[in-house]
Amino acid sequence: MFDDRSPIYLQIANRIKDEVLSGTLKEDDQVMSTNQYAAFYQINPATAAKGFAQLVDEGVLYKKRGIGMFVTPDAREKLRTRRRERFFTDVVDPMLAEARMIGVSVEEIKRHIDGGVR
Amino acid sequence: MISLRDLTVRYGDTVAVDGLTTDLEPGKIYGLLGRNGSGKTSLLSVLAAYRKAAGGSVTVNGVDPFENPQAMRDTVFVRDAPDVPQADRVGKVLGFFARLRPRWDAAYADHLADTFGLDRRKRVSALSRGQRSALGVVIGLATRAPLTILDEAYLGMDAVARSVFQRELLADYLAHPRTIILSTHLIQEVADLFEEVLILDRGRLIVQEDTDTFRSRGVAVTGPEEAVETFVSGRTVLARQSLGGVRQATLYGSLDDDEQRRAGSAGLTLEPVGIQDLFVHLTSAERTPEAVR
Repeated sequence: MFDDRSPIYLQIANRIKDEVLSGTLKEDDQVMSTNQYAAFYQINPATAAKGFAQLVDEGVLYKKRGIGMFVTPDAREKLRTRRRERFFTDVVDPMLAEARMIGVSVEEIKRHIDGGVR
Repeated sequence: MISLRDLTVRYGDTVAVDGLTTDLEPGKIYGLLGRNGSGKTSLLSVLAAYRKAAGGSVTVNGVDPFENPQAMRDTVFVRDAPDVPQADRVGKVLGFFARLRPRWDAAYADHLADTFGLDRRKRVSALSRGQRSALGVVIGLATRAPLTILDEAYLGMDAVARSVFQRELLADYLAHPRTIILSTHLIQEVADLFEEVLILDRGRLIVQEDTDTFRSRGVAVTGPEEAVETFVSGRTVLARQSLGGVRQATLYGSLDDDEQRRAGSAGLTLEPVGIQDLFVHLTSAERTPEAVR
């Protein structure tokens, strides 16, 4: 579910973004309504609505009046680009900092990757 | 809309609610939090017209609810045990409310009673503590009052019954939106259901905020003693603890990106606090409400 330590609407937005990125939600797929979402995750509907509004602002979802919310056709591509920009600072740099701290060399990391973790 | 202006409730020399002023918009779920004796029940009793204010005013949709039949039709107030005759059987109690309450949903009341395993043939006096709370919750929800006040209504319930209650409350609110005020000590369990939190401390309203915003208010700053103190100087520090040379200070207020970066380069760790801990820090005895404001 959601943790108590950061705004739930952001956690909702991030969860839906992950679903778009992983392909669970495809372009022009309809997402759950705020009420369905609230009932499913046991949260206040206003909180769910705020999460969805955030995604509309970011261009991940679009609204069809009276019908519901849908995944924007280029949402996945947009999210991938944004995450790629942050990949090295958010994922690789902390890993390298950890490696330095515990004395794992970049060579060892390279060997590990080449050893095939795919 | 509920409007409170300088509302005061007194018991002899004791001030239970101390000059409270606020507005509550209709259609939201409010969480009313506060320690024992902070004035929650006194405040709710005035809203439900169980008690007259000693000073100030309260209006619900523009009228004073006290001795007002229309306002009372639109309000239900449930405490930890239902205010019903102990000798009556559950079935009779439910029948009574069905006749008394204009929006009563009998089918829904039956569904809830079955869900909680309430035996309609039992007398109220023979119900367990948990079942008595369940009866109160059935009355509170099936009344479908535009102003539904649940004051520790589920106190006697076990964890399973509480989780059923929370599920039913949310489902019924989604189907029939209305103003719901829920007071509770079990903050972590229900905080996700609240649109706004209200925190009372010694009769004063010290927090009224969108739950998600409040959630991001507390920050724990950890690091070398001197660096922590330099960083927190001039801010509202709710608590401090030290272990060896390491200090942790809990701050009230959000930090912007710049401040977060500054903390990081000073070798400090920042962690969110969570609603329950934030509540504990804000209302622990050594703090005065003024210091938080």
